[in-house]
Amino acid sequence: MSAVLTINGLTMDFGGLRAVDKVHLDVRQGEIVALIGPNGAGKTTLFNCITGLYKPTGGDILAIPPGGAAKRINGLKPNQVTEIGLARTFQNIRLFPNMTVLENVMIGRHCRTNSKILGAVLRNSRTRREEEEIVAFSYHLLERVRLERHVNDFARNLPYGAQRRLEIARALATEPFLLLLDEPAAGMNPHETRELDDLITRIQEEMDISILLIEHDMKLVMNISDRIFVMEYGKEIAVGTPLEIRGNPRVIEAYLGEEAHA
Amino acid sequence: MDYFLELFLGGLTRGSIYALIALGYTMVYGIIELINFAHGEIYMIGAFTALIAASVLNIMGFGPVTILILAMVLAIVYSCAYGVTMEKIAYKPLRHSTRLAPLISAIGMSIFFQNYVLLAQTSDFLPFPSLLPELEILEPYAYIIRSSEVFIILTTFGVMVLLTLLIKFTRIGKAMRATAQDRTMAMLVGVDVNRVISMTFIIGSSMAAIGGVLIASHIGQINFYIGFIAGIKAFTAAVLGGIGSIPGAVLGSLVLGWTESFATGYISSDYEDVFAFGFLVLILIFRPAGLLGKATTQKV
Amino acid sequence: MWKFFSLDEIKKSLLMALWFIFLTFPIMVIRVNPIYNVVEWRWQNMALVGAGAFFLSFLWRYFLEYKNPAPSKPADDAAVSRSGRFSELLRSSGTRRLAIGAAVILALAFPYLFSSYQVNIMTTALIYVVLGLGLNIVVGLAGLLDLGYVAFYAVGAYSYALLNLHFGLSFWICLPIGAALAALFGILLGFPVLRLRGDYLAIVTLGFGEIIRLVLENWNDFSKGPSGIAGIPRPGIPGIEMSLNASSVFLYFLMIALALFTIMVVSRLRNSRIGRAWIALREDEIACQAMGVDKTKTKLTAFALGATWAGMGGVMFAAKTTFINPASFTFLESAIILSIVVLGGMGSIIGVIASAFILILLPEYLRAFSEYRMLIFGAVLVIMMVFRPQGLISNVRQTYRFKGLQENKEGD
Ligand SMILES: Nc1ncnc2c1ncn2[C@@H]1O[C@H](COP(=O)(O)OP(=O)(O)OP(=O)(O)O)[C@@H](O)[C@H]1O
Ligand SMILES: [Mg+2]
Repeated sequence: MSAVLTINGLTMDFGGLRAVDKVHLDVRQGEIVALIGPNGAGKTTLFNCITGLYKPTGGDILAIPPGGAAKRINGLKPNQVTEIGLARTFQNIRLFPNMTVLENVMIGRHCRTNSKILGAVLRNSRTRREEEEIVAFSYHLLERVRLERHVNDFARNLPYGAQRRLEIARALATEPFLLLLDEPAAGMNPHETRELDDLITRIQEEMDISILLIEHDMKLVMNISDRIFVMEYGKEIAVGTPLEIRGNPRVIEAYLGEEAHA
Repeated sequence: MDYFLELFLGGLTRGSIYALIALGYTMVYGIIELINFAHGEIYMIGAFTALIAASVLNIMGFGPVTILILAMVLAIVYSCAYGVTMEKIAYKPLRHSTRLAPLISAIGMSIFFQNYVLLAQTSDFLPFPSLLPELEILEPYAYIIRSSEVFIILTTFGVMVLLTLLIKFTRIGKAMRATAQDRTMAMLVGVDVNRVISMTFIIGSSMAAIGGVLIASHIGQINFYIGFIAGIKAFTAAVLGGIGSIPGAVLGSLVLGWTESFATGYISSDYEDVFAFGFLVLILIFRPAGLLGKATTQKV
Repeated sequence: MWKFFSLDEIKKSLLMALWFIFLTFPIMVIRVNPIYNVVEWRWQNMALVGAGAFFLSFLWRYFLEYKNPAPSKPADDAAVSRSGRFSELLRSSGTRRLAIGAAVILALAFPYLFSSYQVNIMTTALIYVVLGLGLNIVVGLAGLLDLGYVAFYAVGAYSYALLNLHFGLSFWICLPIGAALAALFGILLGFPVLRLRGDYLAIVTLGFGEIIRLVLENWNDFSKGPSGIAGIPRPGIPGIEMSLNASSVFLYFLMIALALFTIMVVSRLRNSRIGRAWIALREDEIACQAMGVDKTKTKLTAFALGATWAGMGGVMFAAKTTFINPASFTFLESAIILSIVVLGGMGSIIGVIASAFILILLPEYLRAFSEYRMLIFGAVLVIMMVFRPQGLISNVRQTYRFKGLQENKEGD
């Protein structure tokens, strides 16, 4: 199957600290790929490089929209990356707290719509139609993540698990072909995690979106991933199917090492 | 050459005064991320207290050295008292609100203090006694430098040294550095953040008071508005150097002092402030975090 | 309430009184005249300060407690629900229509009920409504701290004054030109500085405001310097002669029209694609970019649009006073406009209108205390921020209704 994301020799330095060290990674069309590793391994940093929040020190990131040509995206601005079709969530939830739940999702539609100031002031029929479409599209996504009861609540008033789902809906609103989830299950209870498991699989199957996710919850990871990449100290130490990773001695050591330190 | 030297020393003097005020801005900003707009007013109140004290002491028949010392001490004491009171009233209740609220509160304080002094004293310029003694050895060079300038430069230098020692080696200095780096973390390891904030205001206010007394006796007159202009300049200097950075504030002040001095000396004196702000914009375009500010990537 | 009169509390207040007596002693009690070397002692001020501090400190503590009730008293929800009910009242369409209707009638009848002096004050207040709403776009919605807003106001005012002086251009031509020039200045300033961090932006905009004022003050050939430009014509209708009185009434209605236009534009923008992007940018810049919003472009639009309204306000101001000089465009002016936005409640239109009227009309009607005007103004800013930092009306967002949803809710 064709790849939607290819990362070659990606490196990111902060002063003297090498947070990501010559990492290779790829996500194929229709896959759910997990990225795991102990705390501080550089997983989030890798996400930040992909999504344009950090400018990588070296290496290449190629995004390949299904049916389109490959684009080198390192160095692009975050909004340009999103426009190409990569969307993300954040490890430390970053919603717009003083906007309503619906408005949070509506922001995701920004790069797929184009009414301008004049349209907004005149409220001509095109703008109104576009606005209605934005609302309908966003509401539909909220139904998907089962937040429709909260449409008009402020995002800051949502419970934690719901905030995580809202971030997913917001990212989906940008119509990505690749969704990057940074620890979507963090802080969720077992019941919520099971629901999330289901949600992620459904997003992949029903919306045909490839998924790259960072997660510490091994049960979730083993359940839903097609392939797993493992990082430690910025380096990639293993890649394979869940079965292969489960038996990989280096991975076990990396995690046991962490346990021993903690 | 003499003219150049005169401008150079003039700029150094100016820069020193800016530094004394800018340090207060930068330290408060470093600790509570607040642009303390009323800091310039603390400097003005310091100068007024010194003027009032000096006049009363003069009538009571004290000698010039006693007057200088007592006036300086009283100016420092009162500036600190105003600084700490202002923090307790206008900033402390706002510690957990939006970023704009304390700024508006600070602007309110600034307007309040200006009008307070205007109403309780006068709106006219008052002559300020030259408290600083004349140094005879400097007489032949009077066309290049005045004794008061020497005093200003030396005092500032001394204050900088003291401040550095205080921050590097004392307990409170360490607590201040810890709080500046991460307030929550500092609190967790047992730093009394309220005390640190009060100390920051005390140190900042003392330096502003010293600056106020020095510049007032150098220029020879004061009014209620001097704090605002000096405050804005000093704040500019702090940003120029990279706000939150102590060496940055000093460097920024000196650079600003020289820029103004040379630009007014060689180009035109009408546009002094235009040069100052224009230079700030120019620097920030090329170094968005200021001269010594670190351009960090924000952690996401 | 009664616990505020316990011995302990009285002791606290006494201490406060002593502290403030000490604090204000040199400045309030002593007045020196260094020229004649005389000292005046004003002991009565000491008594005043002591008594004032004693009583005010009771009030201060009482209201602080009221604002942040101690966690042990769960019954104290009153503050929350009351402000909630207030915004509820504003939102319910019946009362809203009634209130708007009453306001419109009052506004239309105003010039015929009151003297032309009052009409002039009202016109000024309306200019500040427009300025407040304009800055509200920049600060309230987009979250960009602009301390030099007055620069664009000056650009508008001088555009009209100078274009009229040199080329005889009329008010009606200068109004759009002034707005466009201000927008241009907004973009010129915005390009280099909008990538700066929030507080850096504050000082740079402040500096820009000062630069504009200083240039106007010193560049005599261009702007006539500190003496300013006089004899700026009031707006008229071609072919109709108007008396002074009539022309100020005309200006008043013009200002009402401009204010209504501004309200319409801002309220439509606020709930549009671009307005939501502004708010999202204010809430979380990084998340906003990651959701596909172009930061630079969005900020620049806010900046330019805010400046446009300052420009129009400036043209209006020049037309109203018929005389302008740089002294009208100091930092204090920027501070007042910013205060209008923050006191009103960031992003709230009704709040900004209300606070513009309060902040501009109150000092006008406090003429009796004219000396104390600015002192009170400063104190009000501090007190408002301490007790109601979110402003008069906080954060009301558009809500949407969905058919399926209603049923869902009942199903719950
Ligand atoms: N902006 C930054 N500046 C400096 N260092 C950074 C920055 N961002 C990340 N780092 C460092 O890079 C390293 C990797 O961090 P990263 O957040 O990518 O880890 P992670 O794998 O996501 O860990 P976790 O599972 O805890 O989220 C850490 O040492 C971190 O301190
Ligand atoms: Mg992480």
